[in-house]
Amino acid sequence: MTGGASSSIYNHMVLHQAQTDALFRALADATRRDIVARVLVAEQTVSALAARYAMSFAAVQKHVAVLERAELVSKHRVGREARVRGNVATLKRASALLAQLERVWRDRFAQIDDLIPPLDPGEG
Amino acid sequence: MPVQDVIQDPASLTLTVIATYPAPVARVFRVWAEPALLGKWWGPPGWPATFLSYTLEVGGRAHYFMQGPDGTRHYGGWAFTAVDAPHALAFDDYFADAEGTPNRDLPGTSVGVTLVARDGGTTMTLVSRFGSLEQMEQLVAMGMVDGIRAAAGQIDALL
Repeated sequence: MTGGASSSIYNHMVLHQAQTDALFRALADATRRDIVARVLVAEQTVSALAARYAMSFAAVQKHVAVLERAELVSKHRVGREARVRGNVATLKRASALLAQLERVWRDRFAQIDDLIPPLDPGEG
Repeated sequence: MPVQDVIQDPASLTLTVIATYPAPVARVFRVWAEPALLGKWWGPPGWPATFLSYTLEVGGRAHYFMQGPDGTRHYGGWAFTAVDAPHALAFDDYFADAEGTPNRDLPGTSVGVTLVARDGGTTMTLVSRFGSLEQMEQLVAMGMVDGIRAAAGQIDALL
């Protein structure tokens, strides 16, 4: 993980613009979403992943590279093999933040509820 | 509580909230389409919103501020990306200044809403998506969410 309190907001935002694009592209593809799901359960070699999909080894490698750039997975070497693991910390942070967002929307929906009058036969 | 289901998807940074209201689709759509009604629920409890401008059409914008108990104002705006009254709308929510100029250095969210008639009521499905994890953290770190926390009094300190 890079960044931190010392980075200026400006640099942070400039960096993350590219990161945002990478993330959207990374998750726009069904194979890549599937790869993320699998490597979160257990790390996998690129060859093992490649065997699962009806595409070339090079194509799967490309998908993994896209996920790496989005920081959704990381790759490391064990002997001659490249292994891929899901970035659990990233996803945990995302999950905690989504819980906050959920609270915001629950509050909003409750406030909407106060604005919706009981069903009036004359309406709709 | 009108909320029936909540789906968090950390991998795609997406939150989906599904709720059902006992009113026709057209009536529920009004809480999105009428600025006076919107102001009553868009802000967190204790932070009513005032919409200064509101143009509900694709490419149209809305400009609002939320005012806290101490008079603090947070300005924001929407840019509509889809409008299909009274069934659907989508927009990007962003921070802005008092003149309505978007602050692109601060994080925004994309919001999509669909309304479907069901059993005499309306099922509202909302999908909210962050651009990136860094954006989410920044949003939470900002005063707006502190305001939410103070007002709601029930959000635990983050992480």
